[in-house]
Amino acid sequence: MSEEFFFYTKGLTVGYGGVPLIKDIEIRIRRGEILTLIGPNGSGKTTILRSLIRQLKPLTGVVYLDGKNMAIQSGRELARNLSIVLTDRVRPERMTCCEVVETGRYPYTGRLGRLSAEDRRIVQEAMELVHVTELAGEDFTRISDGQRQRVMLARALSQEPELIVLDEPTSFLDIRHKLEFLSLLQELSRKRNLSVILSLHELELAERVSDKLVCIQKDRIDRLGTPEEIFVSGYIQQLYQIHTGVEKTCGGTPELPSVKGIPEVFVLAGNGRGTPVYRRLQRQGIPFVTGILWENDQDYPVARQLAVEVVAEPAFYRIRESSVARAKELMTGCREIICALKPELGGELYPELKELWEYGRQLGKT
Amino acid sequence: MKRISYEAVFLLLIFLLAGLLTANLCVGSVNIPLREVLSLLKEKGENTVHRDILFVIRFPRALAAAILGGALALSGYLMQTFFHNPIAGPFILGISSGAKLFVALTMVVSLEMLRQPGAGLLIGAAFVGAMLSMVFIILMSGILDRMSMLIVSGVMIGYICSAVTDFVVAFADDADIVNLHNWSKGSFSGTDWEQVAVIAIVVLTVSAGVFLLSKPIQAYQLGENYARNLGVNIRWLRVALVVFSSLLSACVTAFAGPVSFVGIAVPQLVKYLLGTTRSMVMIPACFLGGAVFCLFCDLLARMLLAPTELSISTVTAVFGAPVVLVMMVQRRRDV
Repeated sequence: MSEEFFFYTKGLTVGYGGVPLIKDIEIRIRRGEILTLIGPNGSGKTTILRSLIRQLKPLTGVVYLDGKNMAIQSGRELARNLSIVLTDRVRPERMTCCEVVETGRYPYTGRLGRLSAEDRRIVQEAMELVHVTELAGEDFTRISDGQRQRVMLARALSQEPELIVLDEPTSFLDIRHKLEFLSLLQELSRKRNLSVILSLHELELAERVSDKLVCIQKDRIDRLGTPEEIFVSGYIQQLYQIHTGVEKTCGGTPELPSVKGIPEVFVLAGNGRGTPVYRRLQRQGIPFVTGILWENDQDYPVARQLAVEVVAEPAFYRIRESSVARAKELMTGCREIICALKPELGGELYPELKELWEYGRQLGKT
Repeated sequence: MKRISYEAVFLLLIFLLAGLLTANLCVGSVNIPLREVLSLLKEKGENTVHRDILFVIRFPRALAAAILGGALALSGYLMQTFFHNPIAGPFILGISSGAKLFVALTMVVSLEMLRQPGAGLLIGAAFVGAMLSMVFIILMSGILDRMSMLIVSGVMIGYICSAVTDFVVAFADDADIVNLHNWSKGSFSGTDWEQVAVIAIVVLTVSAGVFLLSKPIQAYQLGENYARNLGVNIRWLRVALVVFSSLLSACVTAFAGPVSFVGIAVPQLVKYLLGTTRSMVMIPACFLGGAVFCLFCDLLARMLLAPTELSISTVTAVFGAPVVLVMMVQRRRDV
């Protein structure tokens, strides 16, 4: 079985100064796969990564790269197979971005480190791949954090590795560059069969980019699996030990804690139009109820997290009498009714929803 | 950013080196015209007084200034690399003072035994002193994470070593005190050919070794973790950096006493001229730059208040310290 994995660990225990931090780490990755480490702050993601790249001596166990025990590979051999992008702040003095990328050729050059034409071509190519060619002549310390991160990726690529390990590579990037960076990794893993191991804080990104996820919790690997296996309802809260009402469900987005209490506002919602209203009410600290939503509505996951009560129907079902009655009852108890469905009112809206709207108007609370 | 080609910088440095070497031979309390210097060098001259001045005093002194200047600049460059700190240098970190203390001790002890200490013994003693200071600084750097504090602790070590040196000198016999006192302020005077030979052998060998390390040094600039990933043997490189830089500054201190600011100012100036920190270019350029700087400063030290001599550190500080200040202000603006 182990033959098909390009990189794997056996009985790995990592820690500092002889004190084990995380035990029994079994990480396996095939060529061209992306594996992401997720877990709360301080759970030991960086410690594991540092042990995987031989920066930290494992307390027990072996790391295999391409079938060979990594601990006994020469520095040069390892450098040709494995490159890294770390969170270390690199501040070389007066080095251009091109010179920084060129350091990636170190394991291939001779005694004095002179670059051949071939080396220069590879450096050029790596810079083109991550779109930093125009930064070549710039001083590395004077470019933005996002640009710097990409230059460091170009540097890692010019090392022509089989495996690249990145520690929280998206931390300093804005959302556009986060997406760009990860899609670049995906492209590389597909086209060049590059294996990627990274740690991420952004769960929604981890879910999208990873072939496999490793969830780390305190002193152990809690789960290992595909995104479908990991992002099941409730697990993420457990992993991150979220009790405050912050919730992250499959396909949903994390929300701040809901406002508890006697509902003051009824939101007539659906089609995703309720979400901004829910969030505004949450910010203002107003407890609310909402309906009538089908469970496959975009508003539904947010409503379930933020509303005191959600009047809902199973997906594609008709609206039941009882639901309409319950909605009316809630409306009566509220001091205000917000209709988020105004754009839909002109069209062929479900008669039950139209009925609720009319009812609200009669109450004079809209 | 303007960028002068590397070749142009090297040509400039070599041209300056040749010019200053000549000037150092010609100028002094007795001026010897260039034509006469040339003919004396070709061993055709007849004026024996000038011949003696040239061959016994000026020539070895100029060579010593050039080689030791190069050694100092290179030593500074290595320390800056090692500590990732642009204002590290043998003088400011107290390495020179540690070496000075041990040289002073050796001198006093061997003069007590009515023996003139040999060049090798002096270098050895200076090296031991330099290494002790260096080890102390490295230990401090493990405790202090702020670079400025590291510099402060270096300056403190410098003061302690100087105080002990003064103490040692106070115990020595009268005749030696003058000798020691002059040396402990820093001077290239009184270098003979035998010493020049030792200096040249040690410094040039070590410098060649440093040049062979230019590839790992280049990788080291990205920080230890990246360098290690690239296959650099970090522990070995760190030892090499420490030993080489200590050896170079020990050599300087053994013969010329502590010389200030060359180790910081020259690498900075060279870096500015080259517009790069590519170590393969920086290492030889630093050496040349240090040689030029020290020849220039020694010339001034001899000339300004002739026939009295200034200590070399007085002159190097006047030119070196402003460079460091300007550089710190500029960094402030950049970051």
